[in-house]
Amino acid sequence: MSASEGLNLTLKVWRQNGSKEKGKMETYQVSDISPDSSFLEMMDILNEQLIEEGKEPVAFDHDCREGICGMCSMYINGEAHGPGEQITTCQLHMREFKDGDTIHIEPWRAKAFPVIKDLVVDRGAFDRIMAAGGFVSVNTSGNTQDANAIPVDKHDADKAFDAATCIGCGACVATCKNASAMLFVSAKVSQFALLPQGQVEAKERAVNMVNKMDEEGFGNCTNTGACEVECPKGISLENIARMNREYLKGSFG
Amino acid sequence: MSKLDSKIPEGPIKDKWTNHKNNIKLVNPANKRLIDVIVVGTGLAGGSAAATLAELGYNVKAFCYQDSPRRAHSIAAQGGINAAKNYQGDGDSTYRLFYDTVKGGDYRSREANVYRLAEVSANIIDQCVAQGVPFARDYGGLLDNRSFGGVQVSRTFYAKGQTGQQLLLGCYSAMSRQIGKGKIQMYNRHEMMEIVIVDGKARGIIARNLVTGEIERHSAHAVVIASGGYGNVFFLSTNAMGSNVSAGWKIHKKGAYFANPCFTQIHPTCIPQHGDQQSKLTLMSESLRNDGRIWVPAKKEDAEAIRAGKLKPTDIAEEDRDYYLERRYPSFGNLVPRDVASRAAKERSDAGFGVGTNETGEAVYLDFSSAIMRYGKEDANVHGHPDASEEEIRARGEKVVESKYGNLFQMYEKITADNPYKTPMKIYPAVHYTMGGVWVDYNLMTTIDGCYCIGEANFSDHGANRLGASALMQGLADGYFVLPYTIGDYLAGDIRTGEIPTDTAEFDEAEKSVKERIEFFINNKGKHSVDHFHKRFGKVMWNKVGMARNKEGLKEAIEEIKAIREEFWKEVTVPGSADGINQELEKAGRVADFLELGELFARDALERNESCGGHFREEYQTEEGEAVRDDKNYTYVSAWEYKGEPSEAVLHKEDLKYENIELKTRSYK
Repeated sequence: MSASEGLNLTLKVWRQNGSKEKGKMETYQVSDISPDSSFLEMMDILNEQLIEEGKEPVAFDHDCREGICGMCSMYINGEAHGPGEQITTCQLHMREFKDGDTIHIEPWRAKAFPVIKDLVVDRGAFDRIMAAGGFVSVNTSGNTQDANAIPVDKHDADKAFDAATCIGCGACVATCKNASAMLFVSAKVSQFALLPQGQVEAKERAVNMVNKMDEEGFGNCTNTGACEVECPKGISLENIARMNREYLKGSFG
Repeated sequence: MSKLDSKIPEGPIKDKWTNHKNNIKLVNPANKRLIDVIVVGTGLAGGSAAATLAELGYNVKAFCYQDSPRRAHSIAAQGGINAAKNYQGDGDSTYRLFYDTVKGGDYRSREANVYRLAEVSANIIDQCVAQGVPFARDYGGLLDNRSFGGVQVSRTFYAKGQTGQQLLLGCYSAMSRQIGKGKIQMYNRHEMMEIVIVDGKARGIIARNLVTGEIERHSAHAVVIASGGYGNVFFLSTNAMGSNVSAGWKIHKKGAYFANPCFTQIHPTCIPQHGDQQSKLTLMSESLRNDGRIWVPAKKEDAEAIRAGKLKPTDIAEEDRDYYLERRYPSFGNLVPRDVASRAAKERSDAGFGVGTNETGEAVYLDFSSAIMRYGKEDANVHGHPDASEEEIRARGEKVVESKYGNLFQMYEKITADNPYKTPMKIYPAVHYTMGGVWVDYNLMTTIDGCYCIGEANFSDHGANRLGASALMQGLADGYFVLPYTIGDYLAGDIRTGEIPTDTAEFDEAEKSVKERIEFFINNKGKHSVDHFHKRFGKVMWNKVGMARNKEGLKEAIEEIKAIREEFWKEVTVPGSADGINQELEKAGRVADFLELGELFARDALERNESCGGHFREEYQTEEGEAVRDDKNYTYVSAWEYKGEPSEAVLHKEDLKYENIELKTRSYK
């Protein structure tokens, strides 16, 4: 990549020192960014630059950098995980931007996801919802029945898989005007409700997880569908409908 | 007397594990409630161990540096998990899985451990299905399988290209259930900084709360390290950015031997490096080699024209392509083991046939065009269109390939902006997995009493090269089915011990050393960032201790690493303070440990005067470039004891005995 193709960009980045202090946008310049670089490599370059200048680098969450761990979580130019469909922030590449662009970078914003520092938020609420019912109650034994003992309709297995691909990043919450976690919760409820192994506890699971979700301060669903659009794994709204059915069955059944 | 007692049970290999389980001590349920176990790391090994130990009744304290246990890097494993189920009726058995794994590891692993792994592999699939893991199924509703490198059966279970994700989320679900019950206390965003040893036994750890910066003391009756591999010693690898060796290295410095550090897996199918701004490499699953064909141009001038951008791969006629794996290894073809495939790619690139457009020209093609046409034809026949046009066949074939590998193709396109349905993928080997790790005995205990090590972090099952889809198998075997038994044998001695106090001299001392190191980093105010050193060091590792090594290069590397390490301690700068999130401080601690490991790694490679598996010494090869082992002198595990500087580490040898498999030259021809 020749230097002449490098991008020069203005970055407006949210800086906040802990959940109790007020945050604000700071402006930085980066230059000669390769269009083949990932967005987070660009952030690495910004941080190296800040360290050289004796300033504190921007704190942000990231780990696998291949779109599967769900750790990265940036709100870029008003979109969860930035421009592009079905990608996480770490899969976003700089070729999506033009030389001279100004890029706004903010953390997920939701009552249930307090900011820890800069772009890092606390998504512990998701773990607590999972602990309320996101499992099949089976112990490790070494004597479970053979894996092929219960055939599973391929169609159901595929749908369960699609729901199970949720990476728990929280983009659905960040993008929802109500900061609702329905897409996240419904993905787990659906995965298990679609499989014979999960059906035994399906009713209690839906009720327990939904109640915990409400308790954690997530908003309600008003069928806007922004979550489905921004979801890096393309989790379908269908799951929310399924969860509502499971919840009703659990509440009255 | 060396501490290296592998504790392999007596008896025929197929009875060893059963007999051992029948003879080891148990802890009764009431007593388990009185016993605490620390698990560091929540990947497949740590997550499955934490969940199972809690189900059994122990009080578990689990630690991970990520914001949730669900994010451990096992999640990124793509292709699948092996198990000797023989659902395909293609001749698979426990013995074959055992044999393939020992052979694949180039006869440098411990027979008894590998046999046990093969034996429990089938249970893993049963357990995961019971947990609701959505494996791929066929139209009859039964589980589907595919093939991986180095074997001639289909024993790999998968969930598209996201098998690791689905298995890890299964573990995470099992953990969540125990967290909800209060049987696991979960410490997210915590990093283990030191192990605490009391009267020769592992009794706790010092951890840093990465959010508040607080240094915390945690005690337990046993400590389990499940912190993964150390591929990031190379700076660029397919590991997660945070993956590190520190937990393993801390216990090494306190008495745990470190085994075979030089056994590193360079994975053949990764996306080539794009340039100097790169911070991370991405793997393309080995499962792609089921259907993709690997080639480079047969003529050098074609390769040059491609590198110059004057020709496209699709311009190269079929007869001008060199499918070099099919040519060199006709019986395994594109599915040779990883070490063999990686070296062959390097050989072609070094010889001038590489097709990379970056500065190095390092890349080969992975081409799906024949698979697309083959599947398309089949699909057209099945749907009653035997006369379908080429265009229609191609469209049908692309759909079939998408259903098998869609997410991988999408990932490739996002990173490179090339459409792999239309043009071959470019791939090149990259650091992926480390077979070496903390030495453990048959019970998975290290040379520190009460300190266990499981999963990729230990050295035990893969010898000098790991076969595809075996890492997930080993992680879950260790965590679900091995450690929960073997740890009871040790903990049975602790039923009357009571809670381990943390207000003792041992905890004071460990905490003091941790705090001093942190203060050093914060106050050093040197000239360069942590990454500055890590990048330079990684280049030395890749160039001289990477895919091909030689005596001279290794000697130079040892000196260069030492020099970088000294400079690091003088000139590293860590901005900010220690009392809150400080990602530079986290990196500094990890890189400091990598800089010590790197030197030991190079020493280990220098000491092993043979080529085996992922360890390729240029001096030891056949005329055709195949690895030459020296079984007479090197059929042992190198287990290093820490003595201060890495240069002073003492080598202990665990001789490997092959009683069930004959030592042979590994051939995939």
